[in-house]
Amino acid sequence: MKHKTFFWFFLPTALAMILFIALPLTSVVSQSFHAPHDEVLLVSEICDPFGCETESTIDHQATEQLKKDQPLGKWVGFEIYTDRNHLAFKEVAEFWENRTSFTGFISSLNNLQFYRAMGFTLTYVIVVTPLVILFGLIIALAVNSLHRHLKGLMVFFSLLPMIVTPLVGSLILFWMIDARGIVGSGLQEIFSDPNLSLKASTGLTWVTLIVYGVWHSAPFAFIVFYAGLQTVPKETLESAMIDGATRFQQVIHVVVPHLSPLVAFVALIQLMDNFRVFEPIVGFSASAHATSLSWIIWNDIGQEIRLFSSAATTSVLTIIGVVILLMPVLIRTWREFNPDK
Amino acid sequence: MFLRKIATVVALTTLASSAWAGCGASDGRVSIVGNEFPAIQTVGAGAMECAGGGVTVEKNLTADHQKINVPGMQGNPAEFTTAIVANSSIVALMNNDVIRPLDDLVAKHGQGLKKSQLITVDGKIMGIAFMANAQHLVFRADVLDQLGIAPPTTYEEMLVAAANIRASGMMEHPVGGAYAAGWNLAEEFVNMYIGQGGEFFKPGSAEIAVNNQHGEDALHMMRALSDYMNPDFLTHDSNATSAEWKAGNVALMNMWGSRVGPLKSDEVDPTVANNTDIAGPMTVGGGSTPASTLWWDGFTVSKNISDADAEATFMAMMHAIRPEMLNDETSPLAVWLIDGYQPTDAAKGVFAAAAMGTTPYPMLPYAGLMHSAAGKELVDFMQGKETASQALADLEAAYTTAAKEKGYL
Repeated sequence: MKHKTFFWFFLPTALAMILFIALPLTSVVSQSFHAPHDEVLLVSEICDPFGCETESTIDHQATEQLKKDQPLGKWVGFEIYTDRNHLAFKEVAEFWENRTSFTGFISSLNNLQFYRAMGFTLTYVIVVTPLVILFGLIIALAVNSLHRHLKGLMVFFSLLPMIVTPLVGSLILFWMIDARGIVGSGLQEIFSDPNLSLKASTGLTWVTLIVYGVWHSAPFAFIVFYAGLQTVPKETLESAMIDGATRFQQVIHVVVPHLSPLVAFVALIQLMDNFRVFEPIVGFSASAHATSLSWIIWNDIGQEIRLFSSAATTSVLTIIGVVILLMPVLIRTWREFNPDK
Repeated sequence: MFLRKIATVVALTTLASSAWAGCGASDGRVSIVGNEFPAIQTVGAGAMECAGGGVTVEKNLTADHQKINVPGMQGNPAEFTTAIVANSSIVALMNNDVIRPLDDLVAKHGQGLKKSQLITVDGKIMGIAFMANAQHLVFRADVLDQLGIAPPTTYEEMLVAAANIRASGMMEHPVGGAYAAGWNLAEEFVNMYIGQGGEFFKPGSAEIAVNNQHGEDALHMMRALSDYMNPDFLTHDSNATSAEWKAGNVALMNMWGSRVGPLKSDEVDPTVANNTDIAGPMTVGGGSTPASTLWWDGFTVSKNISDADAEATFMAMMHAIRPEMLNDETSPLAVWLIDGYQPTDAAKGVFAAAAMGTTPYPMLPYAGLMHSAAGKELVDFMQGKETASQALADLEAAYTTAAKEKGYL
């Protein structure tokens, strides 16, 4: 393709990418290095139906000029990155110096919201991703071996969890696992423990969220693998059969190697998605037990006083986290496309 | 014939809907954002009556109002011409300088207002309050009568009563409370800390000061109460707590006055509905100030809109809170501050709160930061994972970091 043709062909995509990816990213990064100007407080007399009080209010005139000159706010560099509500370098160093044991150090990290969120986020990623791949593969193999009249119907039903909006899906499950819901009271019956509650303990809440995550994402892995299964070479399978391979051996030695590029693809997407886990935490009202980086961002900008710089910093940290997590897969893909290097 | 019928119906409907057309204003745009509970719905519906002529009225009433009101008023022209707020949420609007002084509009169209309804900052009217609210005791008269327990006046008595109810086998989790992690849990801490006699900030500064004996006592009381609550209490907001009440699982709770009406409605099991009674807020730790806060709800008018829109908005809102809107249906919904309001039985809790000298929720620019830090840092203590002083230290540190970022410290 001529360079000129390529340029005109690519231009709309490039423009969209600049507009919707590059510019917002730049804005988020620059926001994370700025904080609002210092507020000048006034003492005012505030009267309401319950009487008058002297309280602090903000003097808008005092900072108006400052805000006009520096609309981004004041430059703070990495100050927000290192503060207690983010990477908390100072506090972590203190905990390390005052540690009595390694586990004691880890549990004191739990007091810092960033590390508390990372604890759950990483557990979720590490557990959910392989389970999604495993269940996706099993469902794909099962559906693929069905009679062709049943296949269409089963594909549709298997996809349902993914079709349901995550927030709605998690809310439905939230009410089902409630101590007075069908699943919740069923579990109480099974374990004959009337006080059993999936929402009251941290461990069980994590299990619930992870089960939800697998339930919601397995259909995605399934449909990708199912498509891949249609391209497995019949000849290889037949020769394996003639060699006396069992069904399990056929899967391990023929089907899985054939699907391995798809496994890498699903792993890539799932690592990225699971690292940004958010909706189930809101849907299950689980923030007392489990938080994630995305939840922190949402919480920072969803309060009466919104912390934009803090939210921007957590966003940048999330992006860095995703890049680190994807590094192995990215390196592998790069090698595959540049075999001579 | 058929067509004529339709034409008549359409004409009649138009007439009916424009009976109040404009409510005195000839043209303008009215757009309301506010919280969502029955009393506010009534006010929103009242303002909608003014649609017609050159006046358009829209409303967006949602529990997420505080997430959208500031962004929706920062543009020029602002999307929302008025925000219905409470004493905590007006602060965010004042912090961002998005509401206008109402002195001229009150002089022109506010004849029916009482002086106590005016929210003034240094003499400038910034909002018009129309109702008061507070959390107070709600109890099941039949359960308490059966066990010979008087309605508790202190939280210590509430614990004893709860232990008795549990021991009697009538209820396993007799205490209810909106203890959901986040805003609700923080609100309960604010109540309890005030009841213990604590001050949130060092006088005249934004420096937080809650890690003290009052704070620890407040947290220990909340934990003791939670032992008598449904184990899922950290996920229960006011709606979920009300549902527990309606299901007959709870006999004692501290609840918003504005939430009591629906508990006594026809849809609720009559045993629960007929025996739901209220009393004033409770005190704690031998203090005399109730462990509760007083709230007002009122409306504000956007700064970034034309004067014509502001006038139409003000007139529509004044129409919505005119004395004639009070009737048998609307009066029990809230403690209205509107002239001519006759207190109903549903109001006695809030009136008792006011009479007992309950503290209003602090209208400080940085109070919201403390509230959100408390909502996320106190959960570890409530789950028994850390000590009260550790939780309070975390709360102080999280607040201080946020307040520094926002430029208050």
